[in-house]
Amino acid sequence: MEATCHRFGAASARALADEQLQQALRHLRGNFVVRRAQAAARLPEFDSLRDAARAIKDEALEHLDLYLERFAAKVEESGGIVHWCSDAAEARAVILDICRGLGARTVTKGKSMVSEEIGLNDHLAAHGIEPIETDLGEYIIQLRGETPSHLIAPAIHVTRAQVADAFRAAHTDLDPARSLDEPATLLAEARDRLRQRFLAADVGITGANFLVAETGSTVIVTNEGNGDLTQTLPKAHIVLAGIEKVVPTLEDVATILRVLARSATGQEMSVYTTLSTGPRRAGDRDGPAAFHVVLLDNGRVRMLGSEFREALRCIRCGACLNGCPVYQAIGGHAYGWVYGGPIGAVLSPAFLGLAAAPDLPQASSLCGRCEDVCPVRIPLPRLLRRWREVAFAARIGAGRSRVVTRAWVWLARRPRLYRLLTGLAARLLGFAGRREGAFRFLPFASGWTATRDFPAPEGRTFHSRWQQRERP
Amino acid sequence: MQPVSPRVGLFVTCLVDLMRPSVGFAAVKLLERAGCRVEVPVGQVCCGQPAYNAGDRAGAAAIARDIVRAFEGFDYVVAPSGSCAGMIKLHYAALLGEDSEYGPRAAALAGRTFELTQFLVDVRGQAGMGGHWPAKATYHDSCSCLRELRVKDQPRRLLAGVEGLTLLELPEAEACCGFGGAFAVKYPQISDHIVAAKTAAIASTGAELLLAADLGCLLNIAGKLRRDGRAIEVRHVAEVLAGMSDSPAIGEGTD
Repeated sequence: MEATCHRFGAASARALADEQLQQALRHLRGNFVVRRAQAAARLPEFDSLRDAARAIKDEALEHLDLYLERFAAKVEESGGIVHWCSDAAEARAVILDICRGLGARTVTKGKSMVSEEIGLNDHLAAHGIEPIETDLGEYIIQLRGETPSHLIAPAIHVTRAQVADAFRAAHTDLDPARSLDEPATLLAEARDRLRQRFLAADVGITGANFLVAETGSTVIVTNEGNGDLTQTLPKAHIVLAGIEKVVPTLEDVATILRVLARSATGQEMSVYTTLSTGPRRAGDRDGPAAFHVVLLDNGRVRMLGSEFREALRCIRCGACLNGCPVYQAIGGHAYGWVYGGPIGAVLSPAFLGLAAAPDLPQASSLCGRCEDVCPVRIPLPRLLRRWREVAFAARIGAGRSRVVTRAWVWLARRPRLYRLLTGLAARLLGFAGRREGAFRFLPFASGWTATRDFPAPEGRTFHSRWQQRERP
Repeated sequence: MQPVSPRVGLFVTCLVDLMRPSVGFAAVKLLERAGCRVEVPVGQVCCGQPAYNAGDRAGAAAIARDIVRAFEGFDYVVAPSGSCAGMIKLHYAALLGEDSEYGPRAAALAGRTFELTQFLVDVRGQAGMGGHWPAKATYHDSCSCLRELRVKDQPRRLLAGVEGLTLLELPEAEACCGFGGAFAVKYPQISDHIVAAKTAAIASTGAELLLAADLGCLLNIAGKLRRDGRAIEVRHVAEVLAGMSDSPAIGEGTD
């Protein structure tokens, strides 16, 4: 997927002005945020489960080589094939090869952010293979020619009326009299269409929420059951996953599942939890004849050895997006790449380079709500601040803010000079703003004063009054 | 053993010093009422947070060392701000942890540093500070108080002791006001969108007075309320607890 993170300023301004998007985002706040809080409150051990989930992911990352090798050996033992891919191009080529080998014409897909990361759909389409998204949200945005704007709710930015329009445009044989006013009728329409696609597909591609080292199983969770049809009906099932998805045991999966759905949607469990271990065995009544696992690095090993390692714990629940005031204001597309919200602001610079996404770590009030809701306790504000340190040291991003910061530090370390200057400024501004109490325009904060007043200082500073023993 | 009349170093904070000295004087009054001897060390300017959040780690560490030196020797350090108290209490350790000379001194300072309402309730055991302020008020929890210091109950307990004051809870109280220091100036449109949701929530309570413990949030919220013509008074919680009603509210003129 092409990255446009460097156009964050323009994209966020567009998002703020998009009334339909704003309407969709308001829905998110009332829904996911509230339900997650309720689900967490209902489970007394929720916070200790978060500790346990973090420990599992840390253990897996600490010995990633060991667990990946064990996972790969188990996959092969059960008759599957593992493909190790160092970057997006390699992963695309491997998947295309498998599809061509089977003479595939259509490919059904379960929801996968990694497939967005490597730009799989465009690649397959360019080579004459039609990819069909089967997750309802993904299906909608595929029809609209868009990318996901949320980790688990890819079409969160689309209103119901826009979905109906997209269906009528794409399903040209649709009876114009058929009502598409209700979510249920939209779902039925999508289901009708997808049913034929499931049956006709030659290859099914899914992501993975977990790779289990102990058994060589891959695990996905869905609410629609589309993943099951995607992976059991075609001739081959391809699992595409980042290497950080591996966990040691099935027991570990069970632990993390207890925080995953609660953090994501407020459900206790997702509706479907599907484990896949190898291809169809002799005597199995269904299942794919071939089972491939494509393991993707694409910068993850580099992150593992960096200060951003903790971001690899992410289980893609989306809780940090839902609670983030910036994400709530601008949605996911403005972040300019696959991953949005606080976790995206940490991951995108790691995957693309900070110079390609200089705004993302800066565009945060560091309010800390993301870390508070993260089921694996990723210290997102600390990692965002760490990117700011990298930017400051490498002179990436606005030079003005660097100059202002350096000047401030210089002055703040000279209390006498500081008091002299701020004393004058406070008196001046205090006098100028005395009658009104606030400024409607300030040249050095014109962005602020465009929509907000700036309260005037009271007049003389605290320190000058205190030193002269003045007390009110 | 806790000293009978502890020596407290007031960390005024740069925003209170420059923008609203009344808050500093209110803090002094409250600390004295709670039996403390208050001093204001001259070596202080800023806690270093603007530099820290801008990515200037070396600059922030240099300021942190100045503050560690300025506040050594006090029984406690108290700031009328969750943001600055959180910086000293939680982030100095990260900044100076590797520094063999200042690391341990920063850790000791962190243990003695408190946000004002946290100090009054948790350390000085104040149930209420008395006072009289007839108004329907609502309270904004700053992110630093709420999530860094876990201060939520303390200001409410103190406000419950103010005669005539009714506290109405704010919906979506966990939400940030959109200030975020330089964020509000660097990304003013996003910041404005966030504060607009906050002021709408404030107005929905029917309160005539908005209180908080952080001047950054207060300037942001007051600025937005004023621009939108909402007649809601904005004050630091210390002003109300100390009964300092002489000065005009934040952003309010003299006529």
